[in-house]
Amino acid sequence: MSGKLLIKNGFVFDPVNGVDGEIMDVAVENGRIVEDVRGTDVRVIDATGMVVMPGGVDVHSHIAGSKVNSGRALRPEDHYRDYEIRRPGLRSGVGYTVPSTFVTGYRYARMGYTTVIEPATPMLKQRHTIEELNDIPIIDKASFPLMGDCWFVMEYLEKNMLKECAAYAAWLLKALKGYALKIVNPGGLESWGWGRNVRGLDDNIPGFNLTPREILRGLCKVNQMLNIPHPIHVHANRLGQPGNYQTLIETMDCVRDLYNGTKPVIYLTHCQFNSYLGESWIELSSGAPEVADYVNKHPHVVIDIGQVIFSSATTMTADGPFQFQLHLLTDYKWVNADVECETSAGVVPFKYKKRSYVHAIQWITGLELALLIKDPWRVFLTTDHPNAGPFTEYPRVVGWLISRKAREATMKKVNARALKRTMLDSIDREYNLYEIAIVTRAGTAGILGLKSKGHLGVGADADMAIYDFNPRNIDLSRDYKLVRRALRRAAYTIKTGDIVCVNGEIVKSTEGAILWVNPSVSQDLENAVVSDIRRRFRDNYTVEFENYLIDESLLINSRPLKIKGGV
Amino acid sequence: MEVFKNVLCPFCGCCCDDLEVEVDSNKIINVKNACALGRGKFLSIGEHRLLKPLVKVDGELVETDLEKAVEKTVEMIKNSSYPVFYGFGCASCEAIKLCLEMADLSGGLADNISVVCHGPTILGLQDMGIPSATLGQIRHRADLIVYWGCNPVEAHPRHTIRYGPLSSGRFVTGRKSRRMVVIDVRKTPTATMADVFMQVKPNSDFEILTALRALVNDLDLEVEEVDGVPVAKLEELADMMINAKFGALFFGLGLTMSYGKEHNIEAAIALVRDLNKKTKFVMIPMRGHFNVTGANEVFTWQTGYPFCVDFSMGYPRYNPGETSAVDVIARGECDLLFIIGADPCSHLPHYIVERLKNVKLVVLDPSITPTVKMADVAIPVAYVGIEASGTAYRMDGVPLQLRKVVDPPPGILSDVDVLNRIVRRLK
Ligand code: SF4
Ligand SMILES: [Zn+2]
Repeated sequence: MSGKLLIKNGFVFDPVNGVDGEIMDVAVENGRIVEDVRGTDVRVIDATGMVVMPGGVDVHSHIAGSKVNSGRALRPEDHYRDYEIRRPGLRSGVGYTVPSTFVTGYRYARMGYTTVIEPATPMLKQRHTIEELNDIPIIDKASFPLMGDCWFVMEYLEKNMLKECAAYAAWLLKALKGYALKIVNPGGLESWGWGRNVRGLDDNIPGFNLTPREILRGLCKVNQMLNIPHPIHVHANRLGQPGNYQTLIETMDCVRDLYNGTKPVIYLTHCQFNSYLGESWIELSSGAPEVADYVNKHPHVVIDIGQVIFSSATTMTADGPFQFQLHLLTDYKWVNADVECETSAGVVPFKYKKRSYVHAIQWITGLELALLIKDPWRVFLTTDHPNAGPFTEYPRVVGWLISRKAREATMKKVNARALKRTMLDSIDREYNLYEIAIVTRAGTAGILGLKSKGHLGVGADADMAIYDFNPRNIDLSRDYKLVRRALRRAAYTIKTGDIVCVNGEIVKSTEGAILWVNPSVSQDLENAVVSDIRRRFRDNYTVEFENYLIDESLLINSRPLKIKGGV
Repeated sequence: MEVFKNVLCPFCGCCCDDLEVEVDSNKIINVKNACALGRGKFLSIGEHRLLKPLVKVDGELVETDLEKAVEKTVEMIKNSSYPVFYGFGCASCEAIKLCLEMADLSGGLADNISVVCHGPTILGLQDMGIPSATLGQIRHRADLIVYWGCNPVEAHPRHTIRYGPLSSGRFVTGRKSRRMVVIDVRKTPTATMADVFMQVKPNSDFEILTALRALVNDLDLEVEEVDGVPVAKLEELADMMINAKFGALFFGLGLTMSYGKEHNIEAAIALVRDLNKKTKFVMIPMRGHFNVTGANEVFTWQTGYPFCVDFSMGYPRYNPGETSAVDVIARGECDLLFIIGADPCSHLPHYIVERLKNVKLVVLDPSITPTVKMADVAIPVAYVGIEASGTAYRMDGVPLQLRKVVDPPPGILSDVDVLNRIVRRLK
């Protein structure tokens, strides 16, 4: 984070500031965007004929922690053919769907991404997540603690002690250096402790006097009380089951009344996996039109798609019962990793095949969501890495979004019956670059509440991607392959003012920051709740209270966000 | 006097983190809550202590200073054509990371002591996955606990109380609400605690597991007994497993290191996997040293592989049977062995130790071990978890912090500090 930079003459796409491909200069000093730089020590990057965007911000990608590492350990066959050789200043490592930590940082930076969120961390193993995040170079990162099925949360909600629940959530985010509240298959994970699952929002959770709906509503209220920058981040019930689009819409709808007209109150992740129509696998079809219709009409909801790539994948979620069902369905190897008092997790390798009817439906569903939801600020590009495909294939997804021709090329190869039963072929919409910039950085940074990211206004973090293609000379729709190639290997990636990547090669490895939130809670309430937690801690956990906490000194580069408001 | 609370015990894979250590003028005078093994470690750190760096001159180990020992080590690594970095059962994750960096930088090989303990568990996992959980799940829910080929009463003394049959949880409280089964080749002290003890012949685990799995899947066995165990007894056990609300299988070296090795583990995984179609069942390996699990974790996130990682091609390669420390030493390919957090000269097979006579040896250790005595360079370090802090992973993958409660003897650094000095000069 040093010197002065001037990026000259690029076509700048900065949706937050309404800049749509205008030729502009961008100046950088001390790691931030500034009005102008002067002097003999300014390094000038000639971006003539290139696209300049804020650095990519990935809002949901499993890159670090216990279950990711289980995925790595489980799959030597995933790494054998995809490796990175050590170069001076850089470490060696492996890919493919579950890359090692160093490679994860390098590969994101190579694509012009500079911030990535690990969206599911068990609190008891947060130290593991932090250790891995520390070992992911260059990019900034954050993690979402899995709070939905946490006993303390459920107990407070059972007793309708919302204020205490909020104070607990606030304390947890602060004590464990988390960024937002994650809910996975609410109630289903606790049920999985007994090998069971919940079937819908109003099932009773075994051992608790509580339903999934109450968890969702309770934590949604808590999130608002605390003024957490990101809405509750939800992986809905019944993921991966035929007919689940209804559960998804019910989940969205269950917090509709909590919307006060300002910011969205619920984030539904990898919705492709939750948007299936039909009673069985044989009748499976896309429920994306229904889901998109709901999202279009309801501003309290934001989603990401979880787009399927036809490649190998490693499914890994906190949704233990889903992972077990997937194992039974495929007979692929299966890791289960339940975490006491908190959550479960599972890992199952997978391969998406074009000719498979079900996989084709999944591919179609994701794209339909992206194309049918009208407002790009409320639907984001993800592959739920590595669940629906590795993040390194984002450029391929962009290709499908910007080009009907690209979709047609793939449609020619996918299961024909699946195409016939869906409407993808009839959709003509093509994203422009402005919209791509929204669904990959401006919108994601916005929904994360990262005010200094996702845009190039004065004062923003100098995180930038420069891609080598001229949007005025090419037709995105026709030349999508050229765009795809350019996105795979950024001409330049700039992270906090450092040039870290040139022409797709990492030229410098830096330490990215770990972002976390520090919500405000009145001292009395915090003391009361912490002493309650401390008193009951041993009853719940097999570790001591003090050993559960994450000291800030463990974070190599710590960046807390103080939140105003609160309880 | 100062009392340190919530101290992690740096001895076995239980990683008990509730110890209270009383310190007076930098001397540990008492340790509360620990078992005899853990307590013993805290109270005996002064014994057999390596206090000065040693280098071999004309076949004799002579004292030197840290600077010279580091210098010599750097020179040896630089001159080595294939250095092997090995050990890590008793090192912090922070130290392990630095050794992986050295292996990567020098194009050597890194391996950890799993290769002689739970390596087969890793191979079984890579073949089939593993249905597992943290230990608290068992404490709260398990009404059936099976120990197979392990003897926690002697090797992990607080396991049964903190996490096992004697623990008390939210849904299942205490010993009376749990059934305990021990399967072993001899009647161990753990077996005497059990409701059911099934004595099996050495090296018959695979057959027994396979038979159990058949019974769990409602298949008839056309025999009266399996390797000496009556089928009726196996049926009883299979029924117990199916009828448990939550079952847990703990397994140890009796399963991983007996005849069949990873095939035993695969049979056990297949059994537990199938049990999940009928009820809830999990399994956890009884890892021995306090941070051998952490070694696997760090290896995996940095290189993609839990052990046996070769960097000679410039990237991580993994092929156990070819790329383990034992393999390369046996083939005579390694010319420098760098050891930390292990004592291979006492633990590795004799024919491997013989081979070490032709290999340069660098050892970082707090005490004078048989390996130190064979070393070309030995550098004393602090006892991590007592004289230095760091991170360790419990047998179920729960990460915990190692605390420093006393200063190391004068002039002695932590392994991380020593390694940092070496790594800085290698770059
Ligand atoms: S059981 Fe193991 S970790 Fe616990 S006190 Fe004894 S030796 Fe230490
Ligand atoms: Zn996900």
